[in-house]
Parts: sequence; structure tokens; C-alpha cells
Amino acid sequence: MSWLVHAAHAVWEFVVGDDPAIALGVVVALGVTALIASAGAAAWWVMPLAVLALLGLSLRRATR
Amino acid sequence: MSGTELGLAISVFLACAVEAVEALTIVLAVGITRSWRWALIGVAAAAAALAVIVAALGPALTALPINALRVVVGALLLVFGLQWLRKAVLRAAGLKAVRDEAQAFAAETDAARAAAGAGAGFDGYAFTIAFKGVLLEGLEVAFIVLTFGANQHDIGLAALAAAVAVAVVIATGVAVRAPLARVPENAMKFCVGVMLTSFGIFWGTEGTGASWPGGDAALLVIIPGVLVASLGLVQWLRRQHAVAPAVGSTA
Repeated sequence: MSWLVHAAHAVWEFVVGDDPAIALGVVVALGVTALIASAGAAAWWVMPLAVLALLGLSLRRATR
Repeated sequence: MSGTELGLAISVFLACAVEAVEALTIVLAVGITRSWRWALIGVAAAAAALAVIVAALGPALTALPINALRVVVGALLLVFGLQWLRKAVLRAAGLKAVRDEAQAFAAETDAARAAAGAGAGFDGYAFTIAFKGVLLEGLEVAFIVLTFGANQHDIGLAALAAAVAVAVVIATGVAVRAPLARVPENAMKFCVGVMLTSFGIFWGTEGTGASWPGGDAALLVIIPGVLVASLGLVQWLRRQHAVAPAVGSTA
């Protein structure tokens, strides 16, 4: 069983990396973009703003 | 070649070159201090494992509907790209140690010498370190090749860019027989972070059903925009922490 835990941990480390908030934020931002787009409104601006905010906040956490 | 294909080729080439430089340092260290034979067998085994992963995941990715593919690819590129960019910005701002291949090589050779001595037969240390080094450095590149290639329906171009990068790094490594300490690795990582993040923003947004003003031409604004924002964050961090620019930084 331990190899399964190790493998899951390795995949988590590989995909999510040092800051899980980035991965979570990306998923949430894509969801918000999809919601706005499905309502028929312009949604292209969401991801650039979200990425800037996620990177800025992650850097702030890293340097605190 | 379209602008998007050129972006794909440059991104994959740079990402692959950076990872190949790091893998080369590890293989050189164990090859020189331990056993070239078992280090190279480790490299071959890792290359075979990477080929299996690409062969298994490639068709699965290309079988996805285009919008689902773009959301998955966009999300993966954003997660990878933002991690690369985060580290690159911290390094450029002088808040994280800049990777130094000469130093990494010295640490690897010290560790290899300190490990139990190699007998005449199988050198497990040389094999394992070379295998792990190439597999781990190659895994991210394999994902970048697959995600870019599948989304552009051009895995061949992505694989070609990756193969050229590996060939250039190996040829240079064989020529100088030393770790490639002069490669502007941190600047290249900064560029890769910008490209992955930009393509992630573009494809992720399209995959959700939203449209970009100007279509593909929006990339011509997104890429410089991400670059300028990242350089701005470097300046902001430098001011916040009042540190001198790191050697080899991109800004």
C-alpha cells in the first residue's frame, strides 16, 4: 500500500507543486470564466486578471 | 509556420533544453565518478519509461473533444507555467538561489563519491541516479510536448522541437565534457514560464467557451502582457525586499 501512497504523493507534488493555492485558483478561475461565457457575456478578461492575482498572491506568500 | 506553431516550437525547445541541461549535469556527475556504462543504461531506461508514458497519454489526450482538451491543457499549462514563473520571478528578484550547474555538478559528484563503492558488476547508484534524474526532468517536458502538441494537433512538431533541444544539449555536453554552466538557464526558465502561462490563459479561456477578441492574434497581446506583468512583479519584489539583482537574473 505504501507504494500507492508514495505514487499519489509524487503525482500531487508533480502537478500541484509548491503552492496548492495556484492549482485551486486556476480551477476556480476557469469555472468562473465558463459560467460568465455560458451566460453569453464576454469572459476573456477573467483568466488574465486571475493569473496576475494568483501569481502576485503566491509570491507574497513565498516572501512573507 | 503560423505564429502559434512558432510559439509552440520555441516553448517546447526552451523547456526541453533547460531540463536537458539539468539532466546532463546529473548524468555527467555519476558517469565521471562512478560508471559510464550504468549511467547510460539508466538514461536509456528513463527514456524508455518516458516513451511509454507519452505513448499511453498521447492518444488519450488527442481523443478528448476539442473544448475539453483545451480546458485540461490550459489548466495544466497554467499550473506548470505559474510554478515556473513563480520560481523565476523569485530568482530574478534575488529572493531564491539561482541554479548553478557547476555547483549542482560538484554536489552530485561529492554524493556519488561518498556512496558505497562500485564493484565490477552492476552499479545500482549510477543507474538509479541517472534513471531518476532523466525521468524526473523529462516528465515535465513530456507533458509540455503532449499538451502543446495535442492542442495544436501537431505532436510531431512538439516532439521535433524537444528532440532538437536534447540533441543540441547532448552535443554541447559531449564537446565541452563539463556541465553547461554558461547556459542562461534562469532566463530560459523565465521565458518558458511566460510562454506556458500565456498559452494556458489562451487555451483555457477558449476551452470554457469564451472567445478572444481578435482570435489567435490575442496571443500577441497576452504573451507580452504576461512578460511585462512578470517583470513588474520582479521590480515590486525588489523594492519590497530591497535586495540586489541576482547574478544571471532575467530582468
